[in-house]
Amino acid sequence: MPAADLAIRTRGLRKMFLQNVAVEGLTLEVARGEVFGFLGPNGAGKSTSIKMLLGLVSPTSGEAEVLGRRAGDVPTRSKIGFLPEHFQFYGWLTAAELLHVHGRLYRIPREVLRRRIPALLELVGLTPHRDKRLRNFSKGMLQRIGMAQALLNEPELIFLDEPTSGLDPIGRRMVRDIIKSQRERGATVFLNSHLLSEVEITCDRVAFIKHGQVLETRQLDSRFEGETTVSIRARNLGPEIASGLAQWGSSIAVQGERISLTVKSTDVLPDLLRYLIGRGVDVYEATPQRPSLEQRFLQVVGEDGGL
Amino acid sequence: MAIWTLAALTFKEAARKKLLWMALLVGLAFLALFGFAEHYQTFGPRVTPLLRKQIMNTQFLVALYVLNFLVLAMTVLTSVDTLSGEIASGTIHAIATKPLRRHQLLIGKWLGFVGMLTIFLALMVTGLAATTHWITGYSPRHLLQGISLMWLEGVLLLTVTFLFGTIFSTLSNGILALGLHGLAFLGGWIEQFALFTNSERVATIGVIASIVMPSEALWRRAAFEMQSPLVGALGFSPFAGGATPSAAMIGYAAVYCLATLALSLRLFGKRDL
Repeated sequence: MPAADLAIRTRGLRKMFLQNVAVEGLTLEVARGEVFGFLGPNGAGKSTSIKMLLGLVSPTSGEAEVLGRRAGDVPTRSKIGFLPEHFQFYGWLTAAELLHVHGRLYRIPREVLRRRIPALLELVGLTPHRDKRLRNFSKGMLQRIGMAQALLNEPELIFLDEPTSGLDPIGRRMVRDIIKSQRERGATVFLNSHLLSEVEITCDRVAFIKHGQVLETRQLDSRFEGETTVSIRARNLGPEIASGLAQWGSSIAVQGERISLTVKSTDVLPDLLRYLIGRGVDVYEATPQRPSLEQRFLQVVGEDGGL
Repeated sequence: MAIWTLAALTFKEAARKKLLWMALLVGLAFLALFGFAEHYQTFGPRVTPLLRKQIMNTQFLVALYVLNFLVLAMTVLTSVDTLSGEIASGTIHAIATKPLRRHQLLIGKWLGFVGMLTIFLALMVTGLAATTHWITGYSPRHLLQGISLMWLEGVLLLTVTFLFGTIFSTLSNGILALGLHGLAFLGGWIEQFALFTNSERVATIGVIASIVMPSEALWRRAAFEMQSPLVGALGFSPFAGGATPSAAMIGYAAVYCLATLALSLRLFGKRDL
């Protein structure tokens, strides 16, 4: 991919704390406009990697570019939003004041902030609490205001480190919607999470990491690639059906109304269904069984989680 | 601009946490106590006007001595947590990822504390001098030089607290900063006693302590500037005896302060957050 189309590009990024390797050699490319999931067990080096990309931690070796500039470059930070893990800030500030302070640190003019702050408070559902001090905020409310803070500068690239931690289902839904609207705006989202079901819904692509190394990157779109198990629910199944299906797949099992078979690719599904209908079978349902992200995660990372 | 946002935030915090009001309340109580003592002070017929002036001068210096201690303690207590605490809690992550340089972050906070220290010291010294003048008609000499030296001492201790804050946890920072000042304090007294007992080697120990941490030397010079010439000529006062820190020592303290600030900036600029 041409460098100009990349939001993030790292080569052999490595971080050691004294004798401990936190990130082994991270090589990664994230395209602009992509929602990218960064998945790994606890202690896999996810947060350290994000911190290196943001310039909070300096790498021991390797290189990292963010929005075409060296990671940590100060002017580039005005195009970046960041929600740290377990967001917290001065408890003596109110929600609106917090956004104002961060807006000023982003050098956003006051008149722009006057418009943007109420809109963001509304977006994260904190309008009724705008004048409440942060020390009286719940964990979920802190995450929400942290999210608003990360969007203040209408960033081109947003780093979200465990954005749904401490959030109830409504809050999680809000985060999902925000990610979606940011993608529609053209922003790149780098999502660090271990809530795989969330990632599965929101991300375009994921990387599994362990010990700070990318084990696998995976596209999460609706197209199924490779061998897939298909589950079919149908009536009027004749005894010859099982052998007839053998031309498209293997491991065929027929049990009552359920047929299960493994096909080489989902490309064969239309022919297969035409065959069934031609034989007078009533098909109610035909579902490719996509292995869940969680199953894949456990396969790639291992059950021990790298601990 | 980011510098001023952060400096203003330090002020806002002090106001929000009512620190400013508490400090002013303590200051008022302090002034009231001092004022009453001066007001009801009577002098017997044997006290000559000259002696009376010496007593008032010493009284004024005692008040400044306590004020100096208050300023130093407040400086360390209020600033001890500002870097180390925010690094430990991760609060700093949201600030340090904004489009500002690390040195702007540190200088912004530092300026906020310098500003508060300056206002508190100026208000208190003005209050003390005005109270004394109003009640007794006495005005100490070299007041501006004296306050400037006290101010430098506060800024020096603040900067040392910032330096330790870039390396250590809040508690270690507090212990080290106050401990270092304690060392300088003891060194100062050792130097005074050495002059009395004519022990050159002991005096050298005192001087070494002032080189390690020149904070107390600044107070002794301030007291020397403000004490009456007669007490100075006698060669002994509780605050500035014959062992008066030289102008070179004051210059050294100023350079020490700048070097400490530069080192803090360097360490904070490089450290992982």
